[in-house]
Amino acid sequence: MSNQRPAEGDASAKTAGRDGFAVEVQDLTRTFGDFVAVDHVSFSVARGEIFGFLGANGAGKTTTIRMLCGLLLPSGGRGTVAGYDIMRDYERIKLRIGYMSQKFSLYDDLSVRENIEFYGGMYGLGRGEIADRIDNLFESIGLAEHADKLAGSLPLGWKQRMSLAASLLHDPEIIFLDEPTSGVDPVSRRSFWLLIYALADRGKTVFVTTHYMDEAEYCSRISIMKLGKIVELENPHRLKERYGVSTMQEVFLKAVAGSDI
Amino acid sequence: MKRTFASIFRKEMIHIFRDVQSLFMVLTMPILMLLLYGYAITLDMKGIDIAIIDQSHSPESRSLVEHISSTDFFRITARDVPVDSVSRLFNSRTVRCVLVIPQDYARELVAAPGPQVQLLVDASDPNAANFINNYVGRVISEENVRLSGHSPVLFNVSPRIFYNPDMRSADFFVPGLIGLILILISSLLTSIAIVREKETGTMEQLLVSPIKPLQLILGKVLPYTMLGFIDGVLILVVGSLWFNVPITGSLVLVLTMMLIYVVTGISLGILVSTLAKNQAIAMLAAVMLTILPTVMMSGFIFPIASMPKALQYVAAIVPATYFMEIIRGIVLKGNTLANLYQPAGILLAMDVLLIVLATRLFRVRLE
Repeated sequence: MSNQRPAEGDASAKTAGRDGFAVEVQDLTRTFGDFVAVDHVSFSVARGEIFGFLGANGAGKTTTIRMLCGLLLPSGGRGTVAGYDIMRDYERIKLRIGYMSQKFSLYDDLSVRENIEFYGGMYGLGRGEIADRIDNLFESIGLAEHADKLAGSLPLGWKQRMSLAASLLHDPEIIFLDEPTSGVDPVSRRSFWLLIYALADRGKTVFVTTHYMDEAEYCSRISIMKLGKIVELENPHRLKERYGVSTMQEVFLKAVAGSDI
Repeated sequence: MKRTFASIFRKEMIHIFRDVQSLFMVLTMPILMLLLYGYAITLDMKGIDIAIIDQSHSPESRSLVEHISSTDFFRITARDVPVDSVSRLFNSRTVRCVLVIPQDYARELVAAPGPQVQLLVDASDPNAANFINNYVGRVISEENVRLSGHSPVLFNVSPRIFYNPDMRSADFFVPGLIGLILILISSLLTSIAIVREKETGTMEQLLVSPIKPLQLILGKVLPYTMLGFIDGVLILVVGSLWFNVPITGSLVLVLTMMLIYVVTGISLGILVSTLAKNQAIAMLAAVMLTILPTVMMSGFIFPIASMPKALQYVAAIVPATYFMEIIRGIVLKGNTLANLYQPAGILLAMDVLLIVLATRLFRVRLE
């Protein structure tokens, strides 16, 4: 990458979030050439929270998630995920997070079970352990009947459950879901969100981006991004009150249209 | 971690065996290439078109013509055409040489200084012209011996040809072809192995896992090495049975060396794959990096010793250079490891270097 390495965060920040926030970032910035994709973003996510990330396409949601998962090196700012520094300790962060990309990123020519087994191996799990976890996971996600079908043959809704299963197998503390329900029918979306709730009930932190405003209502807190900056960061109820509207749809449109354009 | 490596290995094996069409191509293409090139690339000359203008029409001249037509080196395609049509025959590529037997041939045979038989040769291919010249010279001297009853020369060289006594060019080219085909196929096999995962997006999911580049690279190198090695065995069998190239040395040694060489190609492919932006570029790079240097620089056809010094240095970094030396040594001369540890060691060092390079250059983040 051509961008210069940013100044390292100070050492005390390393374990600051260990017992506090699941995610904590300050002035997180990422540029691609002249384009500033994420512009001095600061926020924190509490453990067990369902944190919604809203914003138009290109607002910087995916870039932010990728920096938190260690897929992109930030150009500036600092942050911790699961208490570890995102600049230096991303190898330790990777063991504690699950990630579901907005694009289906498993293997079409492998069966559902083979895909999940493969990712189990990536996290160093043994075969017996993988088999046990898969049984439980497929039970709760409802994948058991499709376990031996090729991933490529499944409809999108099932593919997304399978991606979720792949990101959960190693029992991460924090789960990043990048538009997990885009392109899925309302029934599948509803049942997917029930799974997200179940995760939060078990104490997992869920960091989720979405375009669906009804989904935004399900979140403990949401942040709205616009042109690389966070313009709102609040509980959905209070946001609606403050904007004096009845739906998140209206909140979103007002927040995004707000200052310029 | 062994588990991670084993998982990648298993996954790649599934990819290989589920894609039946590609697998079929991978296993048949090398054999087709060997058969095709095995016949096309040869320095043995046969069926050279010759025109004979016999102005003598005597039993003696007919005997000479018969001598020429009795070999399969020449094929007589024109007889007794007018002498002024020769250039037309050359231009239309009807013949490559013309033998003119003078009218007084039979009479002058018994008188000094003897008849002058004329040979006209199209030397636009100087190599072929040389062959024709030598061959006719040999026929003529045999004819001389037959007519005079004794050898017309005072002394003779009696050659003894080692390692390829019949001087069949197949024995030289088929092992070389194995070297060419193996490096091409094996580097093509892995050239898309990593870049394909970048293109389809599966790399993103891999990179959020705690996987190490070396695990990923070795997990891909091993299954494709097995596939490349199977290809190697196939073309070795076809090469030795179909083209009758005998394997003089140890078969185990040939196979071991082939394994080392396949890993060179596989590792080169992996290196290309970690650097390439997309699959098309990766495949093109794999083809360019293997075919051209192997054909031109490795001693496959042209001897390295007769290249300019600068090109000899280039030849020294072409893996096939060492493999040609090894496989020809074993197949033709029956060389043992004692003769070949040097080129074998260089190939092994290349394997390690390429894998280390690929691991170092592998990006654990998205661009």
